[in-house]
Parts: sequence; structure tokens; C-alpha cells
Amino acid sequence: MAKDSIKVRMPALGGQGAVTAAHIAATAADTEGYYAVSNPFFGAEKRMAPSESYTRIGTVPIFDRGEVVYPDIVMIYHPQVVTMGKSYTMPFYAGIKDDGLVIINSDIELLTDEDKKILADKNVKVLTKDFTKFAIDIAGTELATNMAMLGALFGVLGTIGKPAIEEGIKDRFLKKYTASGGTASLDSVIEKKFKKKLDLIQKNLETASAAFDLAAEWAKEVGLEPMLLDPSHVVPVDTGYVTA
Amino acid sequence: MTKRSDMTAEKNWSGQKIVSPDYLLFEAPREKHFMTGSEVVKEAMKRCTVDASVSYPITPQSEAAHLIGELWAEGYIGTYFRGENEFGVMSEVAGCAMAGSRTVTTTSGPGTLRAMENFPMWSGTRIPCQLILMARGINSPLTIQPDNLEVSFLLETGCMIWYAENVQELFDMTIAAFIVAEKPDVHIPIITAVDGFFVSHTRESVMLPADDIALPPYDPYAAPLPPIDSEMPPGRFLRDPFVMKSNYISYATHASWQWEVRSAADRSRKYAKHFLKGLVHTTGDDVADVVFVACGTASHQAKEAHRELAKLGVTCKVVKLRTIRPFPTEELIEATKGAKYIFVPEFNVTGWLYNEVVKALYGRSESEVIGKPRVAGGMSMPVEEILKEVANFVKID
Repeated sequence: MAKDSIKVRMPALGGQGAVTAAHIAATAADTEGYYAVSNPFFGAEKRMAPSESYTRIGTVPIFDRGEVVYPDIVMIYHPQVVTMGKSYTMPFYAGIKDDGLVIINSDIELLTDEDKKILADKNVKVLTKDFTKFAIDIAGTELATNMAMLGALFGVLGTIGKPAIEEGIKDRFLKKYTASGGTASLDSVIEKKFKKKLDLIQKNLETASAAFDLAAEWAKEVGLEPMLLDPSHVVPVDTGYVTA
Repeated sequence: MTKRSDMTAEKNWSGQKIVSPDYLLFEAPREKHFMTGSEVVKEAMKRCTVDASVSYPITPQSEAAHLIGELWAEGYIGTYFRGENEFGVMSEVAGCAMAGSRTVTTTSGPGTLRAMENFPMWSGTRIPCQLILMARGINSPLTIQPDNLEVSFLLETGCMIWYAENVQELFDMTIAAFIVAEKPDVHIPIITAVDGFFVSHTRESVMLPADDIALPPYDPYAAPLPPIDSEMPPGRFLRDPFVMKSNYISYATHASWQWEVRSAADRSRKYAKHFLKGLVHTTGDDVADVVFVACGTASHQAKEAHRELAKLGVTCKVVKLRTIRPFPTEELIEATKGAKYIFVPEFNVTGWLYNEVVKALYGRSESEVIGKPRVAGGMSMPVEEILKEVANFVKID
């Protein structure tokens, strides 16, 4: 049954862009008319160190903050999250809710038979795909892996369309953006890979769009029920801010 | 460089139209944006005609400090510089404010503790500066994650302390903070706190007024202590230091001064009531068995728990404390009337807010006060854990 809110946990490695992906995901959901919130959690800001990001999307105001301990969806950005435990929670699916979803970026099967049984008992569907290769094929860089993962998320959900994703990506890359030193230097690396910023945005969009289609098709194949109520259910609520 | 002499009666030095605080906070049309807490600090300070800001990097407030620096580069802030460390920063903030500047700074966790000596000095010199505090853990082993134990160290510094729940409230509160702190009958420093990461790094929708309007400038000559100028040394009372006179006059002066600083905080209540729309904010059932009393992110988590408890038929209310100093004792007593259980969820190990609540309700409430759930060290507080605590006291089907 579709819920009034979902929580997405994105365990990744530093430098993969999970923080960026969560921000774009929330911006896209907000553009589509949902309540949405994103936040990162990280320790030392270094590449390949564990870094997590979270997005919450709902038709009701979202008060919950911080780490997503009980996720509806877990997105694994790197096999080392599973194989080396580079995650804030062990095992990586700890706390996952019934009828949930796991999206894994890997070129090999990472789940043990025990993992599969636990997830199957909770009716959690698993989509494993080499999204890094996918990103290299379409955008020409592994740095677009996050865009492929993002596209897959929205392809599965089905209630947040490609125009909203485009808006989220443009918002992130066209606006003046403040980030930590590490993120700023990665931004500059990826910008150098493309002649113009608009090329970068176009390639990111193409990657997200192709992954969107692939994941939507997969969701149909495995009979995934809608997870999130569509935005027509959003009801404005007085959340008690200082100003009305 | 921008300067006060560039101002006119209608416009500040950056060309923004000067409007009344009420217009800026309550009447100006607002548009929706999608921003982090750090970004919204920039937006708030942009509209505050700030004279001076001093910064020093420490996660999670570094981005806010950086963005205030951009405001200086863009001509919105009079002067901006980096201190040697947080102790230096808070001392330099005092210097700027004593010289009559509307001054702001930001810090977090270990930075707050490093600067500690300055906070009672700030209140003692009656400067109306603002510290935007993005709380993080303070102990070893090192953490950069949200934990608000540091706030307990600030409770008796004589500074006002307000606590914002989310990005929107951070915007409104940091503007209101200058207005209230600068009232001549208040005129003490203000600390506007949020939980680091949960607010500083969280991106959510926020309603902002246009950025071509701003607060009127600070008038230092309306202050209870005149600012430094060619006649005045820093803090007029320092001209004949009482520290040199170990006698009754010295004790009496210091004691009465300490009372006066706290009385000044008390006198802020009426202004805070107006500009924050109440020292506390209550949501949920009018009469409730379960009442959560919380501040900051903990009140957000309690609201999430309220939604779940309502589905289970448990009457519930969330009382969010917007001000911690002055403490909203009477408002708290009123808002918790008839509660069977008062839960105080907190993001620190000692339960400083629980202690404050128990002290305020002592002898004036029949309710059982429970200092749970409590998480620390950067842990989050999932609603599921709050419900488990409630289930220990209330029958939930």
C-alpha cells in the first residue's frame, strides 16, 4: 500500500556524490509538490570513507531529522558498503521496513543466501545493477553514478517525473552553491570533464533519464506496488513556524 | 568598503530599503525557497544591516560563516574577518559590539567551549551581539555530529538563549534576535541555537521575504552603556576597575550587576513574545495524557511521535520551548496542565532540559516528568524509539 511518507537511506563512499544525490532528490520531490527534506551525515571528509545521505519525501509535513534508522528504501552506492561494512549501520539493510526496496550499485551479486531470505521474508525487493558502468557508458564518467542511482530511485517510485529531476539537477549545478572544500574540489573536477556546464547537466540528465526508464521497467517486471502516495494527496498543514 | 555614512534615512549602505522589524518578519510577502540551515543564515543576515562579523571554521557551522563572508564581499556587511581561534573571535566580537556595531558570529561544539570565558564577559558588558550556535558534540573521542550538551554550559552565562527547530525558524529567529537583544531595556547578548546537521545541513522548503529590504541599523547611543568613542573606554565601568577594590562596594556592585543582567533577560520576555509569537509553541490535543516538552530537533521528533500516537488513540501534545533563557516557566506550567506524563526528549547525555523542566514545575504540577528518550554523541532519535518509551507508561494497542 502506498504510504504518506517514505525514508531513503543512501550509504556511499566519500566522493561518490550521495550528498548531492540526496539534495537533488529532495529538490525534485519538492518541485513535484511533496514535502521533502534531505541531509547528509559524514565523519572525516575524505574519499572512500563512509558517507551517508538521507532523503525523506511525503504528502504530510516531515518533522523527522537525522539518520534514517528505519528506512523504506536503501540505496547502496558502492560494493564496499556491503563487503567492507562502510556503512553507519550493519548489516546495510538494518531497520528496513516491510515491503521496502534495496537498490545496489554493483557488478556482482553481493547478497548472501541469508541476506536474501531476510529481505524476502520482509517482502523487500532488490535491484542490483552496475550503475557505475551505466554512468560511464552514457555520461563518460563514473562521477555520474549518483545520477544513475537517482534516476533509478525515481523510476521505481513513479510519482516524481523527469521534469522535476531536471529541475533538481539544474538547481544544484547552475545556482551558486556552497559546499565543503572536498565537495567544491570534486565539483571543479567534474566541471573540467565537460566543455560547458550545460554539457555536464545534459549528460547527467541523460544518465538519470535512462536509469529512470530501466528501473520503471524493472518495477513492473517484479510487480512492485506503489510505495508513495502521489502528490495530489499533499495537504497544506500549519506547522507552527514563527511566521504563518 | 561599505560604511554607515553611505546610509540615508530610507536606505542602508547596500541600497536595501529600511523597513520596520514587524514589516520584515510579519507583513512582507514571502516566496518559497529550498535551502539548508547554513544558507538561510546568509539570507537572514543579508536582511539585518549587520555592521560586523567575525568567523572561525569548525564543522558544522563553517558553511554559515563562509556565507556571511560572501555577504561582506557583496557589500551587505560592514566588516568581516577571521579570528585566530574561537577565543579570539568572541573577544573580537565583544570589541566590535562595544564600539557600537551590530555584530554576529557563529560557532559549534569545541569552539563554544574554547571561547567560554567570553560569554559572561559579553553579558557583563551589556553588548547585544548575536552568536548563532550550531550544536555539536564536545567530548573526545572526536565527533562532528549533533549533540547539544554544549548548551548546558551556556545556561548561566547571562546571555539570552533561543532555540530554533528548523530552517524556517532559524531564519526568523536570527532576525528577531537582534531586535530583542538591542532593546535598551534588554541590551544583552543573544545565542540562537540549532542542532548542527539536523538544521545546518538539512535542506527543506522555507518562506523568505524579498532581499531588497532590511532592518533599521543598530543605534548604539540608545544603549545602557555608551559605546567606545573618543571619550569612552571599553565599557565605562572599567574606567575605575572594581577588581582593584576588595571591599563591600566591589561585592555589592558585582552582585547587583549580575542580578541586573538576569533582570534584563527577564525584560526580554514581552519582546520575545511578540517577535517569536510566544516563548513556547504548542501543537496537538488541548487536553492530553502525554505531553512532550522539547526544544530544537527534539520537538520535531516529538511531533512525528505525536502523529503516530494520534493514530493509536493516545491524546498527545508537543510543547516546544523557543526560549531557554529566559526560561518560559509560566507558559510551561500553563501548557502542561492536566498532563499525566511529561516526556522530555533530548539530544544530550545529561538531560539539561529535563533538569530545567523539573525545576520549573517543582511544587506546581502533579504530572510525572520523564527524562526520556535521551540520545547522545550524534545519534538520531527515531520516532520508533520515542514510542517505545511512551509504551512503558501508557497502554498502547
